[in-house]
Amino acid sequence: MASFDVMPEVQLFQPAELDDALKLADELGSDGWLLGGGQDTYGWLKDRAKQPRAMIDLNGIEALQGIRKTDDGMEIGAATILRDIIRNEDINRDYSLLSQAASRVASPQIRNVGTLGGNLSQDTRCWYYRRGLDCYRAGGNICYADGPQSMNREHAVIGASRCVAVSPSDTATALLALDATMVAENTEGQRVLAAEDFFVGPNTHITQMTALKPGEILSAIRIPKKWASQRFYWEKVADRDVWDFALVSIAVSMAMDGNKIADSRFVCGGVACTPHRLTNVEQAVRGRTLSNESADAVAPLASEGCKPLNYNHFKLPLMENLVRRAMRG
Amino acid sequence: MSNEYKLIGKDFVPPDITGKVTGKAKYAEDFRADGMVFARMYTSPMAHGKVTSINTEQAEAMEGVVGILTAEDVPEVTAPDAAILTNTPAYIGDPILAIAAETEQICEDAMATIEVEIEPLPFVTDPLDSLVDGGPNARTEGNAYARSREGSGFQTIKWSQQQVDDFRAGKEPTGDFVSEWSYGDLDNSFAEAELVIEEPFVTIGYAHMSMEPRTAMAYWQNGTCYVHGSSQSQSYFMPGLARMLGVETKDVVLISENTGGGFGSKIGAYPIAALPGYFSKKIGRPVQLRVTREQEYYMGSARVGFQGWIKMGFGADGKITASDVFIIEDIGPNATGGDASSAGGAISMVYDPSAMRFRGLPVLTNTTPRGAQRGPGQNQIAAVMAPIMDKAAKVLGIDRVEIRKINSTNNDTIVYADRRPVTSAYMDEALQQGADMFDWQNRKNQPKKKGKKVRGLGVGQGYHSAGATGFDGLVRLTPDGKLHIHSGVGNLGTYSFASTSRAAAEVLKCDWERCEIHRGNTENHLPWSSYQAGSVTIFSHTRTNYVAAMDALDKMKRIAAQTMGGEPGDYDIDGQRVFLIEDPAQGMSYGAIAARAIQLGGDYSGAVYPDDIHEITQRAVQNIAGSGLIGVAKDNLHQEGVIPGLAVAFCEIELDLETGKYDILDYVGIAECGTVIHPKGLAQQMKGGAVWGMGMAGLERHVYDPQNGLPANIGYHQCGIPTYLDVPSVTKTDAVNIADPQNPFGARGIGEPAMGCSVAALQSAISDALDGHIFGRTPISPDMVVNHVMGRDQSFLPLQTNNF
Repeated sequence: MASFDVMPEVQLFQPAELDDALKLADELGSDGWLLGGGQDTYGWLKDRAKQPRAMIDLNGIEALQGIRKTDDGMEIGAATILRDIIRNEDINRDYSLLSQAASRVASPQIRNVGTLGGNLSQDTRCWYYRRGLDCYRAGGNICYADGPQSMNREHAVIGASRCVAVSPSDTATALLALDATMVAENTEGQRVLAAEDFFVGPNTHITQMTALKPGEILSAIRIPKKWASQRFYWEKVADRDVWDFALVSIAVSMAMDGNKIADSRFVCGGVACTPHRLTNVEQAVRGRTLSNESADAVAPLASEGCKPLNYNHFKLPLMENLVRRAMRG
Repeated sequence: MSNEYKLIGKDFVPPDITGKVTGKAKYAEDFRADGMVFARMYTSPMAHGKVTSINTEQAEAMEGVVGILTAEDVPEVTAPDAAILTNTPAYIGDPILAIAAETEQICEDAMATIEVEIEPLPFVTDPLDSLVDGGPNARTEGNAYARSREGSGFQTIKWSQQQVDDFRAGKEPTGDFVSEWSYGDLDNSFAEAELVIEEPFVTIGYAHMSMEPRTAMAYWQNGTCYVHGSSQSQSYFMPGLARMLGVETKDVVLISENTGGGFGSKIGAYPIAALPGYFSKKIGRPVQLRVTREQEYYMGSARVGFQGWIKMGFGADGKITASDVFIIEDIGPNATGGDASSAGGAISMVYDPSAMRFRGLPVLTNTTPRGAQRGPGQNQIAAVMAPIMDKAAKVLGIDRVEIRKINSTNNDTIVYADRRPVTSAYMDEALQQGADMFDWQNRKNQPKKKGKKVRGLGVGQGYHSAGATGFDGLVRLTPDGKLHIHSGVGNLGTYSFASTSRAAAEVLKCDWERCEIHRGNTENHLPWSSYQAGSVTIFSHTRTNYVAAMDALDKMKRIAAQTMGGEPGDYDIDGQRVFLIEDPAQGMSYGAIAARAIQLGGDYSGAVYPDDIHEITQRAVQNIAGSGLIGVAKDNLHQEGVIPGLAVAFCEIELDLETGKYDILDYVGIAECGTVIHPKGLAQQMKGGAVWGMGMAGLERHVYDPQNGLPANIGYHQCGIPTYLDVPSVTKTDAVNIADPQNPFGARGIGEPAMGCSVAALQSAISDALDGHIFGRTPISPDMVVNHVMGRDQSFLPLQTNNF
């Protein structure tokens, strides 16, 4: 078994304009690798588990940077680093759910270079897949994490289909709970996807985590006004307070009508191959007040339909507890 | 020695600090030699197997590839010893071959073309899976390996399914074991007990995680092999390295100025350190073998895991009457360990049971090779014992600190199976000092629960023997008036090579600015020194530097008497001078004494030296003879009994019952290590040990897929080491600071107990937060807490190991 850790020969393009990046992405197709902060790039490449022909460095493209107000909320360039999102006054005031989520991504060092687009587009952290094994997600025909004795504490409890890996992104849950949309561009134009459609599970595409096609670049994330300054709840449970991915996380947006919940989004991270929306909880909380009684009443719904693997049944009570905490007020 | 020290007990800046904070410190990987090529290893993808074919044709044809090294090129070893390269790999990551090339990139490109066929053999990752009737053996020779003075060898030991099931159910093991020791009347002592507690336990092993992988570079010049290696020890590393290279110790030069962590995994020579030497000899060029982070996790050693059962008897007064412990230890593929018996010894030392029995069963697994890791055995059992002591205190209605004081080690304690005395011990004082500093009495009366969060208070104790004797000291006074202290102690990063060197300067009343430490390279003429491990350095090398300095002092006085008249006893030293006591104006400077020593020759200049010093020291003296006044001696100072390093810790946590997470709110660690030699160094040991213990208690563990033997932890991220955001921002430390009578400065070591007390305190605090629940498992992760609080079963089988 070879062990690699030297950066292999790979072409590096550093376009200054988005159009140039799109042309490169189009030309290179699946041989190209979009480079943001690099935190989910260099490991893959140094390990030779992914072997693209060229990298397209997006960091020099001004159009992909920055946080802007729009008529309907905010737009964040995909190459904006997480630190800037955490420090942005408008986001902190109107969409603190996102800044809270961003502030729990990895470590301070990683947040200083990691981009929002990169955090959303990163690949799963299934340790079997990351080892370069020939699993479904890597194009093979087996899931090593779903065997009778597999070590799958961090894996999915719902929504699995052959592959049981989970979405690792902290900001993804928040953006789903904010009804964000993702702007994907290619040389032919752009399409805008709802966050819910941006993240794809193995039943849709087993080797991808997002709906981005070869040649497409995630250029911006748009957050509508709908949830601006509403009630939010964010929490991430991980082994360590830094660096680790969520065992389970929750992102909640609630629009209140007086002291009652008029509308809501409940999204769990770390439990499915995509950010997992708890629609049954959302329905159940409508018209309820925030209270211990409400919390206890709706919490059991959080784990409905879940099928734990050998080592992750703790995620079910954890999901319930996080919903409970969001509902206590 | 006097209590009025000029240097001992004072802070100073160790000479290697500047290089470390500026990045100028050089590690093995930083060295280059003319014509050097790079080597990389191909390791086993299988947990156990037999190599049937190796095809390197394509690699060898690549431009820039210089050579291939296989098991045929290195000495064959007998199982279970680790080979440099092997054709019978016994774990994933076992090295099979190496490639050398002009660049690392060519090496990796060539590596990708290698084809190795391996015939799979049975493998196992959990000792209990091997032990059960019909279970696989990790080695074809057997599944257990006993090491003893009477003889060592493989055994095949199987328990019935019922015996394994009963053991998993927490019952006393009834299966075979390989080692046993005891003292006292166990049955009667249990019969007299007011309270008997029985608990099964698991402590999962985990990697040493040295930041510097075991990279090495080697080349040959005139029959001497120069090795730039990564080693905890300096001189102690040499004989083993020479043996592995097939040469005499005198024909090896080891350069190891700085070491990026070893934690017990680089104490003595390890096989991979010899690989570049063989490769260099084969291809005739210097070779640097760089070990990748991933490979460091495969082969970089790991703490031994325990699966055990313990029974403790307590009198109504809290005194421990009896202890009976049975430990199955996971000794990996190379039968390295011995932690279990050390754990038994630690029970004897820390809890002082009137009667005790230890039974041990070392079982082989196809996992990372095991090795001593900070407090090997002592720290695992510290974690096990803390909640048990708490449970006894609760049942007997005794304060949790008090029950530890009732059983605390003191100067009269007799320990181990051979009932040996201790040099000195003040556990009671340490507990009281810690309790006062932590404000234990007040804190335990504070409200415990606040919503879904609950406070937990913990107290833990750590122990490791803390000294060795019989090593050599070597100092040299040169005509420029400088004192040169030659240290063969390695530089693991604890600064103890420097703080122990100050012992010589203290004896000779020499200004520290006029002292120079020689170390880090065999060619710096280094004496035979102890391993930089096992908490021994402070005790051992304050003694060696003391005896060497005393030898120098004796010679200095003799020279003065010979030169200026009178008897040596008429002279004393101070201010870098030897002077006549009756008339201090008459004297000689240190420089003049050194110059005179060179003129006089004989033992003054090192032309003659004691015949009981080690051959390594002899060569060092031969090389520096004639360059000054030589002080050299073997540590033959009186020593009897066990030299204990002891520590206690107190911590407070706030545990969230709904997430299973906890915050460590406060931590106090107290060292009981005799006289404090270097306060800042000690504080760093206590703080570093505390962090490591926090990792062991809640985060770090091996995870293996039992279906294929694949390890999940092959990087820092997956191994769960605590970060600065996972530990308290302030950890408070102090020391009892009472001198030990068997060290000239009163000092004992502390490295390992600094961690043991921490893991124990945190396990104690978690148990306290959960109303005394004993998980019997290390580490305790959030999922376990959630499952427990919610009344759900845990995911794993009882006593399962190497798992989530």
